[in-house]
Amino acid sequence: MFHWLEKHPFFFAVGVFVTIAFAGLVEILPNFAEASRPVIGTAPYSTLELAGRHVYIENSCNACHSQLIRPFKSETDRYGHYSLSGEYAYDRPFLWGSKRTGPDLMRVGNYRTTDWHENHMKDPAGVVPGSVMPAYRWMFTKNADINTAYAEQLTVAQFFSVPYNKPVPMKDGSTKVVKMGGSIAEANALALEEAKAIAANMKDQDVKDAVARGEIPQIVALIAYLNSLK
Amino acid sequence: MENRPLEYDYTVAKMFMLTTVLLGIVGMLIGVILAFQLAFPELNLVLGEGLAEYTNFSRLRPLHTDAVIFGFTLSGIFATWYYVGQRVLKVSMAESGLLMFLGKLHFWLYLAVVVAVVVSLFTGVTTSKEYAEFEWPIDIAVVVVWVVFGLSIFGLIGIRREKSLYISVWYYIATFLGIAMLYLFNNMEIPTMLAASPAGETGIGAWYHSVSMYAGTNDALVQWWYGHNAVAFGFTVPIVAMIYYFLPKESGQAIYSYKLSLLSFWGLMFVYLWAGGHHLIYSTVPDWMQTMGSIFSVILILPSWGSAINMLLTMKGEWQQVASSPLIKFMVLGSTFYMFSTLEGPIQAIKSVNAIAHFTDWIVGHVHDGVLGWVGFMIMAALYHMAPRVFKREIYSKSLMATQFWIQTLGVVLYFSSMWISGITQGMMWRAHDEFGNLAYSFIDTVTVLHPYYTIRGVGGLLYLVGFLMFAYNIYKTMSARPVEESELQSASPMGA
Ligand code: HEC
Ligand code: HEM
Ligand code: HEM
Repeated sequence: MFHWLEKHPFFFAVGVFVTIAFAGLVEILPNFAEASRPVIGTAPYSTLELAGRHVYIENSCNACHSQLIRPFKSETDRYGHYSLSGEYAYDRPFLWGSKRTGPDLMRVGNYRTTDWHENHMKDPAGVVPGSVMPAYRWMFTKNADINTAYAEQLTVAQFFSVPYNKPVPMKDGSTKVVKMGGSIAEANALALEEAKAIAANMKDQDVKDAVARGEIPQIVALIAYLNSLK
Repeated sequence: MENRPLEYDYTVAKMFMLTTVLLGIVGMLIGVILAFQLAFPELNLVLGEGLAEYTNFSRLRPLHTDAVIFGFTLSGIFATWYYVGQRVLKVSMAESGLLMFLGKLHFWLYLAVVVAVVVSLFTGVTTSKEYAEFEWPIDIAVVVVWVVFGLSIFGLIGIRREKSLYISVWYYIATFLGIAMLYLFNNMEIPTMLAASPAGETGIGAWYHSVSMYAGTNDALVQWWYGHNAVAFGFTVPIVAMIYYFLPKESGQAIYSYKLSLLSFWGLMFVYLWAGGHHLIYSTVPDWMQTMGSIFSVILILPSWGSAINMLLTMKGEWQQVASSPLIKFMVLGSTFYMFSTLEGPIQAIKSVNAIAHFTDWIVGHVHDGVLGWVGFMIMAALYHMAPRVFKREIYSKSLMATQFWIQTLGVVLYFSSMWISGITQGMMWRAHDEFGNLAYSFIDTVTVLHPYYTIRGVGGLLYLVGFLMFAYNIYKTMSARPVEESELQSASPMGA
């Protein structure tokens, strides 16, 4: 049979394709519905948080940081409860990373604060001597892209029924509504409101001034995102 | 024509040889910069504070991986295809105007995509998925390039004189199909600007932005099904295609065993795809998939070693060639590194080992003993074999080649040995508890301790880069020398001309 295939390229190609496609189907399909259900306490990202997530992606923070806590004592001691599949239900794309040059950030919102991040992003080695993390100073002057974050919200709400403007259950039994604007202007206003709360805890005068003017520097969005990681 | 050997047309092969060399230099230079940035973080500011956004580690890392994979390696695959394809199918590209046109189109489209990728990654336009960072407009262009490549392959096969497909051609076909399938499924994404057009307000946000069709765990699953097999169909299958052609040609020896080739080929096709789960061990994907990943990884040793042993035994009785020919040295050490990384990989795929190895530098070490020792060596060997034949000149300097071989070998050894130590140190320190059950080390302790190993890795990488520059110089001098051969070199070989 193999000799025959070698003389018939078309059937050879079909044979190869079936051999390789088969495994993919068996591995990937059965899991799809199961894993995409959110666990209680997982809410969609707000506009500002999503803009911060874009800043995270744009700068490939995932090249050095994972967001996946494995079920070992050493990891749960260091980073908190191990990761559950449903906690990632709104992560498009997933940001697990494959290399931990820096620590895991899956629950960094539980133990780091706005002002800590502010100092650290400006000068990591100044805050943690010996750190090899780059400084991200330009984030203090460049503005975040709220419009793209809003476009993404509209897209995921429409195509994947992500529950914006709807109550989602929280761990303590309450519910939470994550708001999404009805127009660009509304979306920007919502993001700015959130940005003001964060800038209030920051020290950088230029950032404060920018937010007062109605601008949102990238650092503010990024911190909103980091604070949401719990 | 009938009584003379065919004159093959290497125009397109030459074009891709050029990009192999250039993108290799760029990609490896960035690799060396990255390596030293981890040892000396001040280097994030190499071009000053103003350009820090573009020169820091996190912006450059995807540029490194994509430049070496989709620049250097892929160009090498294309260059060898446009050389090997004609010869084993016994047909010249000059015989078909259409195929010539497709080949050139392939090259220029590919070059355009490379430029787009460089610009997009420098400016931070990325989807974040490893080895699939490109946003949707580039993805579409990539698909077009790939279709043209496919037409080129099957076009040439369509007009072949040699009816039976040589082993290398099997592997090239598999490369084409494998990448096509994986790339399409992993890059399913929705462009947000087009999708989000509520009443009255259209054109919101960045036009190139998209959102993945899969979320969270599913996204991870598809990504690593892709990521793992991008290794399979980028770093393994096409490189095996090369060695099946170039080693017998260069050494004048016949392939040791046809049966073993057959077994390894179909074995590799069947087993590889199942092993992707080993990137997700102890993650939130279902246990059975992780276990399958582990088990199939161990089985994968068989077809991998099958090919490698077939290659080494091809040299049976001719081992003196290893001593006398630097080119044979590259290929034999390449096969050896292939065996090495395909043994190391399965070990890392064992659950208890992966618990320590995952997320550490040991994985980076594994990656680079494969890519530097196997992929890099094989592509350079292939180009060294091709250069005298396509340019019709003798290789400029054999002794330069031998020096290069030793420098680069030392570089690879320094690279992987430092990363082993560093990775295992990291893995052990993260999990160490003191006598009271508290964590023994803060995270930063596990960072600062790595400094010496990062420095050694940087030096190893630099040596490899220096060797690559010697290779580039040697090829350049060969290319620009006065022609000495009237017709191309013919060597005694199992395949004939
Ligand atoms: C070169 C690798 C590298 C890159 C890239 C990198 N980091 Fe880090 N990061 C580190 C290291 C190492 C540490 C630990 C030392 C320290 O705290 O600075 C760290 C620590 C952190 C911490 C503190 C976590 C904790 O638990 O103490 C945060 C938050 C963080 N990084 C965020 C980011 C963000 C956001 C980005 C992207 C803009 C980023 N990092 C990019 C290496 C990196
Ligand atoms: C039998 C063959 C092989 C097996 C079973 C294998 C197994 C593995 C495992 C277990 C990992 C680590 C996943 C993790 O914990 O993060 C890995 C990573 C990797 N391997 Fe292999 N490997 C094999 C061969 C190769 C070869 C030959 C190459 C390249 C030439 C290669 C390139 C890579 C790359 C690039 C990664 C890193 C992916 C990432 O995290 O970005 N592997 N491999
Ligand atoms: C001069 C030689 C090279 C040097 C110094 C170098 C250096 C590096 C460095 C520093 C990293 C980042 C590791 C980290 O995040 O800790 C890296 C990653 C990587 N490099 Fe290289 N590199 C070189 C050549 C190559 C070549 C030739 C290839 C492929 C053909 C390659 C493929 C990769 C891949 C796939 C990764 C990602 C690994 C992962 O995610 O686990 N490199 N390299």
